[in-house]
Amino acid sequence: MADSRTIKVEALARVEGEGSLTVKVRDGKVKELHFGIFEPPRFFEAFLRGRDYTEVPDITARICGICPVAYLLGASQAMEDALGITVSKPIRDLRRLLYCGEWIESHALHVYMLHAPDFLGLADALELAKVDRTLVEKALRLKKIGNEILEVIGGRSIHPINLRVGGFYKTPPKAKIKALRDELKWAIDTSLATVKLVGGFSFPDIEQDYAFMALRREDEYAIHEGRLVTSRGLDMPVANFLDHIDEEHVEWSNALHGFAKDGSPHHVGPLARYSLNYDKLSDLAQGAAREAGLGRVERNPFKSIVVRAVELVQVCQDALALIEGYEEPDQPYVKAEVRAGIGHGCTEAPRGICYHRYRINDDGSVAEARIIPPTAQNQKVIELDLHKVVEANLDQSDETMKWRCEQAIRNYDPCISCATHFLKLTVDRG
Amino acid sequence: MAHRKKPKLAVWKFSSCDGCQLSLLDCEDDLLAVADEVHISYFLEATRKIEKGPYDVSLVEGSVTTPHDIKRIKDVRKNSKILVSIGACATAGGIQALKNFAKVKDYIACVYAHPEYIDTLTTSTPISDHVTVDFELRGCPIDRGQLLEVLNATLNGRKPNIPNHSQCVECKRNGVVCRMVAAGTPCLGPVTQAGCGSLCPGRDRGCFGCFGPMETPNTASLAKHIGELGKDGRDVQRLFRNFNSGAEAFRKESESHG
Repeated sequence: MADSRTIKVEALARVEGEGSLTVKVRDGKVKELHFGIFEPPRFFEAFLRGRDYTEVPDITARICGICPVAYLLGASQAMEDALGITVSKPIRDLRRLLYCGEWIESHALHVYMLHAPDFLGLADALELAKVDRTLVEKALRLKKIGNEILEVIGGRSIHPINLRVGGFYKTPPKAKIKALRDELKWAIDTSLATVKLVGGFSFPDIEQDYAFMALRREDEYAIHEGRLVTSRGLDMPVANFLDHIDEEHVEWSNALHGFAKDGSPHHVGPLARYSLNYDKLSDLAQGAAREAGLGRVERNPFKSIVVRAVELVQVCQDALALIEGYEEPDQPYVKAEVRAGIGHGCTEAPRGICYHRYRINDDGSVAEARIIPPTAQNQKVIELDLHKVVEANLDQSDETMKWRCEQAIRNYDPCISCATHFLKLTVDRG
Repeated sequence: MAHRKKPKLAVWKFSSCDGCQLSLLDCEDDLLAVADEVHISYFLEATRKIEKGPYDVSLVEGSVTTPHDIKRIKDVRKNSKILVSIGACATAGGIQALKNFAKVKDYIACVYAHPEYIDTLTTSTPISDHVTVDFELRGCPIDRGQLLEVLNATLNGRKPNIPNHSQCVECKRNGVVCRMVAAGTPCLGPVTQAGCGSLCPGRDRGCFGCFGPMETPNTASLAKHIGELGKDGRDVQRLFRNFNSGAEAFRKESESHG
């Protein structure tokens, strides 16, 4: 066999959106590797110009059907920042509960239906159901609990309609929120069982020296607001994000590639959050992580599935606490006076930080919009991981290498619709 | 009972947010039952298994925005007995159809540093502009219950029972107080197809048209009324220019305001 080859994955499955991978191998070394996103561009930043600031949360939600709340909340926070308003604690708590719902839905979907089949050598969750139907039924029930939270608070799970700048159109009655309690108790136990299950998978031995970035708060495991911190010692308000991160346009991708200006391997998502905020996890979540063999900092990208399961424990507990403490707010939203301004918003989408910046005119219309979703930020570290994965699997067949590469990409739960913007893998072995 | 061969189901994606295909995975109580009845042959969001056509039923999400999309949708049509387009992108061009009202060159330059890398059409268009579509399921996103009804009807050879009357009818049936009458809130309910379950009016919010225009909508009359509520031409235009701005009735109405 020739000592060089080209491997192409032309359609990446079990991710949200369309991507591809081309690898050129020469003399046992990766010569060229491009993770491309072929999701056609949709031009959100362009058509947001001239829209009213009140419309932006619902429009940007359409960037992603998997994590619409990341957009609804990020855009709302940015507008509130521009208008100089602060939401009340009950509204803040209700937003966090809603976001826990999206996290539970998204993490349960990814852990069980999109990623676990890779570790078990199965094509999909339906094949898994043939082996263990009860397990898949449990996964679906867990996922459904997340959707129920979204529906009770947001009206529906995909593109919820009840969020607005300043809060909510109408806050849900107490009885409907309290009715979620028993299912959440079951969800905590099931999440713990999930950590045990995925912790028992076997993981390729790869460690990477990532520069993690995540939101952080002193009083909770940050998901919907906070300061930005990095593993290289930065601690800054969200408004400084663009001082450190920029994007470039490369020929092989319709998603702009995010990168750290200092050249460090910028990484966002579960591993970053876990490693930077381990001390903010509950005792139960920390214990589950330790039992599953996770370190205090985790740098093996393949273990992201275990971290997601640990995060499921955390957000189910958080959701239950928020449900127990829920009282209907006096006002569903905070009113704002329109004024010109610049605002920043940032939340932890299930796959990593999602940054928004808007400049609005004095009539409330949008002058400029900038959105940097998590998958755009992770494209470069995905390529770094793929280099290692390809080099570690050079003795494997194209089909095996292809699957391993796909699995490595799925470590990031990439939301390609978000980033543009499935995987085509092309391996050129010469 | 004799075993019949399971019908082959394919799910395709064009330009979209993935939310409508997620609606199928979101049928948590029914997903395994659906999977017992059909053979999933192509559904990249859920499986890496890819089987060749022909397919009995294809669900198509997303709009056509690139030259390659046009070729791809023709191939999907050729390989599908029944083709159902799902969601506002596939049935009206989606939110990205807002570019149909602008110069795409300006848009590309606004987002991308190297316009020469971008291969895109000047429009975002519904699937039915390019191939024959057997049924269009509306919504941004589609409703899970309606999706199951369409699948059930299609697999059993009957017409889906999906209403095409207005959101107003749904609100009356659900006992939801009219926002426009009670609070003077602009609402697209009188011209929007029912299907979401009165979500917005039920939460003190006017309908913003996720399900697109109802059959024979009187958009001009509604636009006049919204003007009387104190909204200017730009507000009225923006109201009709959301996720279904490419649907003919909404497009035309939006073009007479601004």
